[in-house]
Amino acid sequence: MQTIQLPMSESVVRSLKVGDPVALNGVMVTGRDTVHKWLIDTFIKQTRAPQGDDLEVYEAIKPLLKNSAIYHCGPVVGGLDTKAYYFVAAGPTTSIREEPYQGSVMRHFTLRGVIGKGGMGSKTLATCQEIGGVYLHAIGGAASLIAQTVTQVLGVYKLDFGVPEAMWVIEVKDFPAVVTMDAHGGSLHAQIEAQSRKVLDDLLSKA
Amino acid sequence: MPDLTEAILELIRRTSTDLPPDIESRLRQAVEQETPGSAARGALETILQNVDLSRANATPICQDTGTPIFYVYYPEGWSTRKLRTEIEMAVEQATKQAFLRPNSVDSLTGKNSGNNLGGDYFPTIHFLETDGIALTIELMLKGGGCENVGAQYSLPNDALGAGRDLAGVRKVVLDAVQKAQGQGCAPGILGVAIGGDRGSSYYASKEVLFRSMDETNPDPQLAALEDRLTEESNQLGIGPMGFGGKTTALGTKITSLNRLPASYFVTISYMCWAYRRRKMVWQNDQVTYS
Repeated sequence: MQTIQLPMSESVVRSLKVGDPVALNGVMVTGRDTVHKWLIDTFIKQTRAPQGDDLEVYEAIKPLLKNSAIYHCGPVVGGLDTKAYYFVAAGPTTSIREEPYQGSVMRHFTLRGVIGKGGMGSKTLATCQEIGGVYLHAIGGAASLIAQTVTQVLGVYKLDFGVPEAMWVIEVKDFPAVVTMDAHGGSLHAQIEAQSRKVLDDLLSKA
Repeated sequence: MPDLTEAILELIRRTSTDLPPDIESRLRQAVEQETPGSAARGALETILQNVDLSRANATPICQDTGTPIFYVYYPEGWSTRKLRTEIEMAVEQATKQAFLRPNSVDSLTGKNSGNNLGGDYFPTIHFLETDGIALTIELMLKGGGCENVGAQYSLPNDALGAGRDLAGVRKVVLDAVQKAQGQGCAPGILGVAIGGDRGSSYYASKEVLFRSMDETNPDPQLAALEDRLTEESNQLGIGPMGFGGKTTALGTKITSLNRLPASYFVTISYMCWAYRRRKMVWQNDQVTYS
């Protein structure tokens, strides 16, 4: 098991290969469906004018995302009344929904890591090769266990998106994940998809 | 009529944090099937550690506490309006206590209600009047990841070579499992409904998931198809989390509904490994959980 400190350099990222188990330390930010669409519409494609605290949040997250990782996660959070937030349950959500957006977001923020579950598609894989990025697979449903690796909630942006969709800035210690898409074009997901497709074709040819 | 709010809150707590024994035992069998040191085995070991930890700390097994789906079997004389209010109060309370994530989002404004309530369809509650004096409430928490990989096929399906018979059913179910890959949090459990209309077929494909994993289908043809589909799903090699491996499905449950002559639907509800379902029975002012 390799320990990775966030933020991470391009050379560290390029040293990672599909199948490598890693333990992540440092600061990461959660972001899922609403966040990705908001980032694309407001700051990348700019089809929507910034509103409310949008610009302020954008400036605040830029240094947090640079060379770091975004975590596809909608946590269960305690301390909502007192704002003394802590993570109760925090497994990954399905990443493929961010496939239309992820590559652009990675390029825009120099995001090195994408953490989630289920893997992503060819656009994200190509971006991983291009900028030096990696997809890190966390164990889906292992929410209590992963929440224990969150040592501190440093802050939250866009809580008006709702608790699951907000951007939670968290510090983690020994956050467990496996590299399933690397910066060399390797994707465990593409491989398993192709193998299972072949088996399916065989099974479909039988009565 | 007694107030069941507290008892329902406890049902929610148990459902969210304490994986049922029939599922856990399948996961424990599955881990032994996978090669030591493999990513598949590592994933299942992590899953089982998380099951223990969630139970010990009474924290949600999965942060996606899903759509709460209630089935209420009530004896004559109970008010379903009052029961609905009590379920809603229990859901709100469970959200405050972090047994449930606030999961109810207005589809037009994008606003999260914050308390898991919203309209007549959230949470989902089915009421059925029953004989006897016991009131039974069953609850399932079904997360969005696995819900998204559910599928409905209209047979015949020429591309898959699936006709209107059980051989055709087999083909479309396998296709759905292959398409799901690891995205529904494999190893999954397949709830399959044959027939009905589009709506009833989806309902039935979830209802059938309330059956115990250890129960044998009373229809021998369906029992055989259930076993075959589980075995052939595992041949696909998708494995836990889609990492590759021997365990893609933990089990299959099939039911059938009458259909129109023109329609032959096959609906697959994919349940993630975090198969959270629990039951409470209220009788003589006493509550029991299972």
